Amino acid sequence: MAAVLEDALVCTGVSKQFYEEEERVPGVKRRWFGRRKRPIHAVKDVTFQVKRGEIFAILGPNGSGKSTLIRIISTLLFPDRGSVHIFGMDVMKKRLYVRRMINRVSVEAAFFKKLSSYENLMYAARLYDVKPEEARVRSREILERLGFSPKKIYIPMENLSRGMQQKVAVARALLTSPVLLLLDEPTTGLDPKSKRDVQKFILEVQESHDTTVILTTHDMDEAEKLCQRMAIIEDGSFVALDTPQNLKAQLTRKNGHAVTLEDVFLELTGKGWEEEG
Amino acid sequence: MELGRELRATYAFVERNFNLVRRYLNWEIVFLFYSIINALTIGFIGVTTGPDEVLFLTVGALLWGFLSVLFHEVGESVSWERWEGTIEYTFMAPIRRLTHLGGMCIFAIIYGTIRTTVVLAVVAFFFDISLKEANLFSGLLVLVCSSLAFIGLGLMAAVLPLLSPERGSQATHILQGVILLVSGVYYEVEVLPGWLQNLSVISPATYTLKAARAALLEGQSIAALGPEMLRLVVIGLVLIPLGLFIFNLGENYAMRSGKLKRSG
Repeated sequence: MAAVLEDALVCTGVSKQFYEEEERVPGVKRRWFGRRKRPIHAVKDVTFQVKRGEIFAILGPNGSGKSTLIRIISTLLFPDRGSVHIFGMDVMKKRLYVRRMINRVSVEAAFFKKLSSYENLMYAARLYDVKPEEARVRSREILERLGFSPKKIYIPMENLSRGMQQKVAVARALLTSPVLLLLDEPTTGLDPKSKRDVQKFILEVQESHDTTVILTTHDMDEAEKLCQRMAIIEDGSFVALDTPQNLKAQLTRKNGHAVTLEDVFLELTGKGWEEEG
Repeated sequence: MELGRELRATYAFVERNFNLVRRYLNWEIVFLFYSIINALTIGFIGVTTGPDEVLFLTVGALLWGFLSVLFHEVGESVSWERWEGTIEYTFMAPIRRLTHLGGMCIFAIIYGTIRTTVVLAVVAFFFDISLKEANLFSGLLVLVCSSLAFIGLGLMAAVLPLLSPERGSQATHILQGVILLVSGVYYEVEVLPGWLQNLSVISPATYTLKAARAALLEGQSIAALGPEMLRLVVIGLVLIPLGLFIFNLGENYAMRSGKLKRSG
């Protein structure tokens, strides 16, 4: 599918499969080399577009394929089938150019934990060619805006709480002014106040910098508050894609009473949040 | 400016690694202490046989110390980042892989030189080594030439943890061990069995040690060592692009199989 300029992201028929080693079964003859492997279909034929400046949420239970999809979009995984275009550029063929446009906050704080927030941010700034003076000013601004005490910027990351580390991860991603921001469960583990700070900041960034945001989350309220459209992913496939209001309205019409987004999720997946997909 | 951008990013790795050295200072002191003790014990073995042997063995210990730092820092760069949990962040940075690995190599050369200089100072103090006959400039140039070859080998070793998160790191140690065995670090390669001597021919460390000993023990000039140095440069010029090519293949494999993310 040809990408039009309005589209920040176009995913077309994306599929990804991994192979997992099977456990040894007593009594079953072992192979000489390696173990048997079985395929795991992490993402199955996913197609969607995200418009420039939109916040798009991907909801799904654990193991449903959200992070695999984010990794494919972030150029860290090759899809087996299908294509992903970011502002018209193929993520497989134009990796370097795509990487200049994106940044990602992952659910795990990916930092050198012995280094301070400042040292980690300066490392990121140099990789993304942000001038050190500019990086110093911007990172302080962002961190203060997120309620991060400036005094803590020079202490090793391992001495910071998970919430603090996640705020530094958000600051690091925004420091590079990405036009497409990939947020993989960015508020998981944050206290309510920090969560609100991060959510408010995401909205501000999207409005002031025209940034497109792809968000995966477990938090229904967060998805409803932040995104314009959302997709629900189950066993690697999108089972719904619409605005939160439309998704709720469809189920309300069917059930005859008002429903929440959680009801929609349960209806479509038949699973609770914490169940493994 | 594409080149300027990449050079600035190269510096990111050098700065980051020196910051890490500073933060892991206790570990660094322990490693340095061990390197010094290792060089001294090997030197003392030489004392039992004669002063020439002391120099022969300490030159071997110092050179091997330098080359192993180089090999280790480049070869273990993927394992280290995987352990820290930063591998995906580094791999999705908008820089060329040459920039990433080049930064690691520059750090390894500076760091290896500093460590080797400290060990050399202590060893010289203990054994009253006289370098009157030595041609230090030739020795230094041999080190520079051999760095290229070891960077190439390091790049090839760095791919192993990408191919196998669980066993790749151990495989780099096997490679390093084989180089130690066959290259004549503490003995002449002629004492090796014939089939192992064949391996010493393809090890760049064999030529490095031979040339460095000729410079430091016999004071041979750059002109006299020219053929050995040229051989090392040619090996380096073959191994570096080959190492990068293999690393790129490994990276593509890891991105297809999803092995980048796994913590081995």
